[in-house]
Amino acid sequence: MILQGETYPLDAPRLTTATPLLRAAGLTKRYGRITAVDDVSLDVYAGEVLGIVGESGSGKSTVMRLLNLEELPDAGAYHLDLPGLEGVNLFTLDRFARREVQTLQIGIVYQNPHLGLRMRYTSSGNVAERLLITGERRYASLRAAARSSLSASEFPLDRMDDPPRVLSGGMQQRVQLAKAIALSPRIVLLDEPTTGLDVSVQATVLDTLKRLQRERRMAIVIVSHDLGVIRTLADRVMVMRGGRVVETGLTDQVLEDPQDAYTQQLVHAKL
Amino acid sequence: MTLLRVENYAKRFHIHHLDRAIEVFEALTFTIAPGQFLLISGPNGVGKSTLLRCLYRTYLPSAGTALYQSLNGAIDLARAADVDIALLRREEIGFVTQFLRPRPRVSALELVAEPLLASGAGLDDARPQAEAILDDFGLKTDLWAAYPTTFSGGEQQKVNLARALLRPRRLLLLDEPTASLDAAARASLTRRLGELKDQGVAMIGIFHHPEEVRDLVDGEIQLNSVNSMETDDVAD
Repeated sequence: MILQGETYPLDAPRLTTATPLLRAAGLTKRYGRITAVDDVSLDVYAGEVLGIVGESGSGKSTVMRLLNLEELPDAGAYHLDLPGLEGVNLFTLDRFARREVQTLQIGIVYQNPHLGLRMRYTSSGNVAERLLITGERRYASLRAAARSSLSASEFPLDRMDDPPRVLSGGMQQRVQLAKAIALSPRIVLLDEPTTGLDVSVQATVLDTLKRLQRERRMAIVIVSHDLGVIRTLADRVMVMRGGRVVETGLTDQVLEDPQDAYTQQLVHAKL
Repeated sequence: MTLLRVENYAKRFHIHHLDRAIEVFEALTFTIAPGQFLLISGPNGVGKSTLLRCLYRTYLPSAGTALYQSLNGAIDLARAADVDIALLRREEIGFVTQFLRPRPRVSALELVAEPLLASGAGLDDARPQAEAILDDFGLKTDLWAAYPTTFSGGEQQKVNLARALLRPRRLLLLDEPTASLDAAARASLTRRLGELKDQGVAMIGIFHHPEEVRDLVDGEIQLNSVNSMETDDVAD
């Protein structure tokens, strides 16, 4: 009677009548002979946080780059349920159109602030740059937008003209977050956003994320190897290994009753 | 009317690295109607909490059905999509545990108000409700703005109960909610549960001191040991 794969498939959503805001299907990405991402599908609804966990090399960062339209997959489709994009596989758009979707609809926060910020520009300038891309040129508007985004990400406004390089790690992540939400995107991607921060700083950044999530009803995908972060933020979790999804489920279920052998190891490896 | 019909429910844990399966319960069948209060009883380790968690889907049941009459139609809790379970948890089904998960630098009041805010209430609306229920459970006013990470077990539990019982629910799963409470707080909890029962909320609970809720109980789910389980017949 032992043991593997005895779980049954769940039903399709019945009470949830909305369609997913973000829908990716069959994502596959190869680098030479390595298949980094192998037939990964995921749905995220407005107001929902999907966590992706897995060890280094599991393919989770590649999934994030695909969702951020930084790279194109070898196979797969990517849809956002937004006006003007209905039925469009974003991977089939030309690069200008992809860039526009990326700019307007997707915000991203990286683990490494050097990837997301110009460290020698002012923090306010980093945020305002998002609006410059969309053609806003009036100084007062740029300034007001930077102020409002930095304030929403709970950055101390008396430091808004300091460059990120003189800020603490937690502050840098708040600037990244302000930049990510500056154009009010519906999709936010968080790639290890609090890794490397002190626990107490991490907690306050997570609370800011939770509040923004609640107020703006964005679809959020967060990658973290920290299961505590995932438990705090994510509604559902997808576990990846070797480029494939080995398990998905409600966050508490995956963490407390993991079904897959690998997930059981991962959860019990937690200190 | 039946709110929840559980049939042949079973839970077995598979521990892959031991290549073992652990049977917790099987062939469990019972029903509960709105306003009914069922007590789960049985010795330690028999699977009482496991049953609650299998209904809330923190654990995946291994077999059986749990047909729940939601406001938007009937749905099997054992097989419902994760997003549907998440929706039911936001709107209809609550779980009250013995343990709070406080977060650093989040105040007691914020923790209690959070579920209301999450379901769309404004701060002006949520705040007085959160204050009222904290007051009801007897948490001292000067602790409302403090961080529960520093609270005693009993104080944390008051915050936890306030958070769990603030939003209206149609089905409440109670896992020893009175553990670590003082007598006054236990009394206000029992009173609150009585009010909820009168409002038609169905409750399934585990109580360390069941005599405290004796007046509320309509029936019992008796868990013995694996493979030898009976349930009292509870009228629909």
